[in-house]
Amino acid sequence: MSITPEQPIVPRIKYNAIRSVLMKGYHIDKRPLTEYRPIEIRVGVVPNAEGSALARIGNTQVLAGVKLELGSPYPDTPNEGVLIVNAEFLPAASPTFEPGPPDENAIELARVIDRSLREPRVIALDKLAIIPGKKVWVVWLDIYVMDHDGNLLDASMLAAMAALASTKIPKYEVVDPASGEIRVDKKTRVEPLPVNRFVATVTVNKICDFLVIDPTLEEELVASARLAISVSEDGFIVGMQKMGMGFFTEDEVKKSIDLALDRAKLLIDSIKKAVSAQQ
Amino acid sequence: MVSVKEKPPLIVDGKRIDGRRPDELRPIRIELGVLKNADGSALVEYGNTKVLAAVYGPREVLPKHIAMTDRAVIRCRYRMLSFSAEERKSPAPSRREIELSKVIREALEPAVMTELYPRTTIDIFIEVLNADGGTRTAGVTAAALALADAGIPMRDLVAGVAVGKVDGVLVLDINEIEDMYGEADMPVAAMPGLNKITLLQLNGVLTPEEFRQALSMALMGIRKIYELQKEALRKKYASTTEE
Repeated sequence: MSITPEQPIVPRIKYNAIRSVLMKGYHIDKRPLTEYRPIEIRVGVVPNAEGSALARIGNTQVLAGVKLELGSPYPDTPNEGVLIVNAEFLPAASPTFEPGPPDENAIELARVIDRSLREPRVIALDKLAIIPGKKVWVVWLDIYVMDHDGNLLDASMLAAMAALASTKIPKYEVVDPASGEIRVDKKTRVEPLPVNRFVATVTVNKICDFLVIDPTLEEELVASARLAISVSEDGFIVGMQKMGMGFFTEDEVKKSIDLALDRAKLLIDSIKKAVSAQQ
Repeated sequence: MVSVKEKPPLIVDGKRIDGRRPDELRPIRIELGVLKNADGSALVEYGNTKVLAAVYGPREVLPKHIAMTDRAVIRCRYRMLSFSAEERKSPAPSRREIELSKVIREALEPAVMTELYPRTTIDIFIEVLNADGGTRTAGVTAAALALADAGIPMRDLVAGVAVGKVDGVLVLDINEIEDMYGEADMPVAAMPGLNKITLLQLNGVLTPEEFRQALSMALMGIRKIYELQKEALRKKYASTTEE
């Protein structure tokens, strides 16, 4: 059951202060409204994972890791690998996060990222079949929110995309195609995970009728609604999700799309830079 | 075992697989007050998609600690009955149902005047009886009607519909086959009288121009459904007021 979440208590004086700064066209940390905080992406931070990345947007930190396992394909896509996305909000990340199984927010985040990767075929799953119909690579993408200072979705997508793009498939050989026996040398990683195109997610926040990109946690707490827009490097809209208890007008949605199309370029550039720096 | 099915042609001579034009809704049927115990209820059908919504409240919140001092909480559960789809659905809540319960609650929150009923709860149960595409949007339409049927003050009704892209063509109110084999599925819900979009998701790939067209197509469909909602409410309640 989804329950109206407890509203954070924001003193009127703070709300008014945020609003008066936004009215001047700035975030409370003096950035223009559509500017991101400093972005930092480091790939390969977890050597035991086949791919990993730590993404920071300001003080927000998200760690994503990829593990590859041999498994069976889905019956309706016998010649394709399998992608499974999970997300967890670590209790270490915020005093408001509790230990336990993922709540609706973590599930929603994982599913939005899953769709934004799956629909534009970011990973070439068709190249991940080893013995078609029998054995394929299962790509486990796990996202852990480490520190929460707003804009978790954009940071999660940065980490997820960078982790996938830096994933290396271990060396393997098919011992017996009939029985499906495959020998994998987990220590030796050879070819990169085939990636078709890069995507990024830009979340547009509606705060006191302003459209704001990359809010800090303080700002995010007073946002009435959020619209996450995933954009591919070739300019397609590949996923969208309205979140929060407020609404958007048709005009606000159109403006948000334009903002997202523009801002995604910067995000995709920083992912590419981080991935190529490792190679 | 599931057999691999071939994708059928989805658009033939400008007509869709079920014979509709691209911008045509399925036949919509609305029935109000279908449950005796619930404070409000509605059964909504978009073609073969059949969704029941029941509303209880405003009523006492249990456990008490989730109550809010300045407004009612809304609790919402979207659920598919085990036999509602082609494959049996396990009755355990799936990740999809958890997400959709949240998305639907957030689609209704802006409409309900919760500030009138502090320290209470308004419970919304959405049960998908038969799934043929567009169950979440039919669920929103049904839930808004059930809320109105329960006499809960609202700023406007909320109606929803999904737009899809199949074989390169944008189509309104997609069914299961169009969703399964199509290129995009975009559920939208709005308060048509106030021009406020309260639910917007996109699962698929669209160009920015296609998106703009899809959005206006969805809003056009929503306004038609809105008229049917009002008609159903008038039919049940207008005669009562004339007494």
